[in-house]
Order: sequence, then C-alpha cells, then structure tokens
Amino acid sequence: MGFDSYHEPAAELPDETRTFARLCASLTEEAEAIGWYEQRMAVEPDREARAIMRDAQGEEFKHFSMDLEFLLRRNPLWREIAEGILFQEGDIVEHGEEAEEEATEEEASRGAPLSGGESLGIGDLRGHAS
Amino acid sequence: MSHLLRAYAPITEAGWDLLDSEARERLTPALAARKLVDFSGPRGWSYSATNLGRAEAIDPPEGLAAAQRRVLPLVEVRAAFSVARSELADVDRGAEDVDLGELDAAAQRIAIAENAAVFQGWAEAGIAGIAEATTHDSIALGEDCERYPRHVAMAVDTLRGAGVDGPYGLALGPEAHTRVLETSQHGGYPLLEHLREVLGGPLVWAPGVQGAVVVSVGGGHFLFESGQDLSIGYQSQDADAVQLYLEESFSFRIATPEAAVALTP
Repeated sequence: MGFDSYHEPAAELPDETRTFARLCASLTEEAEAIGWYEQRMAVEPDREARAIMRDAQGEEFKHFSMDLEFLLRRNPLWREIAEGILFQEGDIVEHGEEAEEEATEEEASRGAPLSGGESLGIGDLRGHAS
Repeated sequence: MSHLLRAYAPITEAGWDLLDSEARERLTPALAARKLVDFSGPRGWSYSATNLGRAEAIDPPEGLAAAQRRVLPLVEVRAAFSVARSELADVDRGAEDVDLGELDAAAQRIAIAENAAVFQGWAEAGIAGIAEATTHDSIALGEDCERYPRHVAMAVDTLRGAGVDGPYGLALGPEAHTRVLETSQHGGYPLLEHLREVLGGPLVWAPGVQGAVVVSVGGGHFLFESGQDLSIGYQSQDADAVQLYLEESFSFRIATPEAAVALTP
C-alpha cells in the first residue's frame, strides 16, 4: 500500500488503524499472489516448475492465513461473523446471513449500536438494577 | 428478511423506530431476571437447544455401546398485540401521544413470563425455577416490611453458611416492592437503602415473582441463554389495524441450586 492509498488523511488515522490497513493490504496481496500462482500452474507444462510454484503458493496460503488471523483478532465482530462461516459444512450464503445476524445481535447485547439485526437489542441487563 | 417479516408490515421507518423504542422502554424495567442471572447469547432464531454436557445410555445395536446427548430445548414465547393504522399514520405526522396501550400490555406479559420462568419455573418448558430448586428452607416474608431487613439478612447468612459467595441480589415481587418503596424506618432512613446494604448487590422490581428471592449474583450459578432476543414481528393487517407480536426464545438452567433462598409471600 503506497502512502496515497489511505482513504482518509494518514496523519489523522490512529496507529492501530494504520496497522490494520497495512495488514488488509497484505491480505489482498497474498490473495492476488495465490491467484497468480494458480494461473501459472494451469499453463506451465514443466512438472518440476509446477512443483516449485505449488510450494511457493503454499507460502502465500500461510501468509494469507496469518494476515487474516491477525485482522480477526483485532476486530471481534469480523471474527464473530467469520466463525459462523469458515470451516462449516453446508450452504455458505445461509451461514453468512445467519452469522451476520447473530453477531450483530451479540454486539447489541453488549451495548453496541444495532446494525443489521432486527431485535430490540436488550440483551444482558446486569448493572441496570433500580 | 428474517422470519419476523417486518418488511411486509405497512409501517414506515419512523413507525418502527417508535414501536421498537416503546417496547425497549417498557421491557427494560420489568426484565428482572436479566438483572440478576448470567445472560448468554443471543444465538439467533435457528438456535434450538442448550448443551447440557451430559449423555444418557440408550439400548445399542449388538456389540456396540450408545448414548444420546441431553439438551434443553429453547422455549419460544410470543405476545400478540395490534396497533391502529390511524395511530401509525399519526406517527408519520409527528404525533407524540400515540396510543400503544396494547404494545405496553404485551411487553408486560412477556416480561412477566420470562421472570416467572426463571424464578418460579415452567414445567412444560422443562425449566426449573430458582425459588423451587433451592435446597434451602424458604423464609416467610410477611406483610410487615419493617422486618424485611431481618429476613433478607437471614437469607444472606444462609447463603454465606453454604459457602456461596456474594454479592447478593434481591428480586422483589410487585407487592413487596411497593411496600419497600413506601417505607422509611425509624429516623427516616429508606428501607430500600437498608436492604441494599444488607445485600451488597442489586434490588430489582420483579413482576411475575411471588414474594421475593435472594440470589448470589457472583456469576456461574444461574444461566439464561437467549436464542432470539426480544423482537417485534409482523403477523397480519386489516383495514383498521396491524397485528404484531413481541417474541423471544430462551432456555434457563441452574448450576448451583444452593445459591438462592426463597422468601415466600
């Protein structure tokens, strides 16, 4: 990511937001590299060359996964939604819709603004006693 | 769109904002159980059962062993109400005195049902209530609220004696709560404050509770699990009114029955 790649003035962004943005950029680059290796292997006739590319692509899988884990640790709502989708059997779109609804309702129960859910967001009331 | 079908209702954004906010305003003071027990979730409408972490042996095919997991199914609770379409039209005109009496009554009914399930139990739903599950003898509360601090102190002593740590909270049924609010002890000291000092924790108005219940609010004893948290859904409409409902799904289980003492009316 170049210095002009921020969507807001870099000087106004907190350190953690810039770190988060850098890792988002890394995630994108790793995903692109995975796609490029996939294409190269599809057209490369030399078996030994393909094996090297497969090994290199494995590195990119690792980098992508590390970037993703870092980002999920920094953003609980993203993590919550990802947990409902990743490594699940069944319909991906259905899991996505359910994970989003449940995660946003949980956010609301913790006092965060409701986004996307339809409940009243009352949740846990400990600390609200008269 | 979720099963609540809100998008099908002839209600504008301003109308939904008013209904949701009125429901929150009416429900929050009345949901006593959530102020005293552990709350987890919401897990969503499709969540059907709480894992009890146990299994029961069942007859297996020859040469095998078999067990079936035990779960506590969530109960779905719904309180229907209607709102006049003329009132909804007035909301969009900016009216502030909209008649939402049926919504208020529905909120009261569903809050009472939730409190009653947690404190008194709900056999058909497989829910044991705190007051019925406690292993301690109950204490008669009586009508002389000057004696309430003594009864509550006895309950707190009982819990301490059983090794149940505080702080402790008190769910007070409506009648007892009114008496407490109206009473000042000798010297004008409010009874409410005296009870809070004895408990070291919250005192809550608990419609649906008979008498009162002293509980440890230390955590890990009483477990309320929410599937779908309280929401307003759309049922149907006619020329005069829109039929809606308040709905939730939940389960409740007790990990430490000895962490409560019932005070009978």
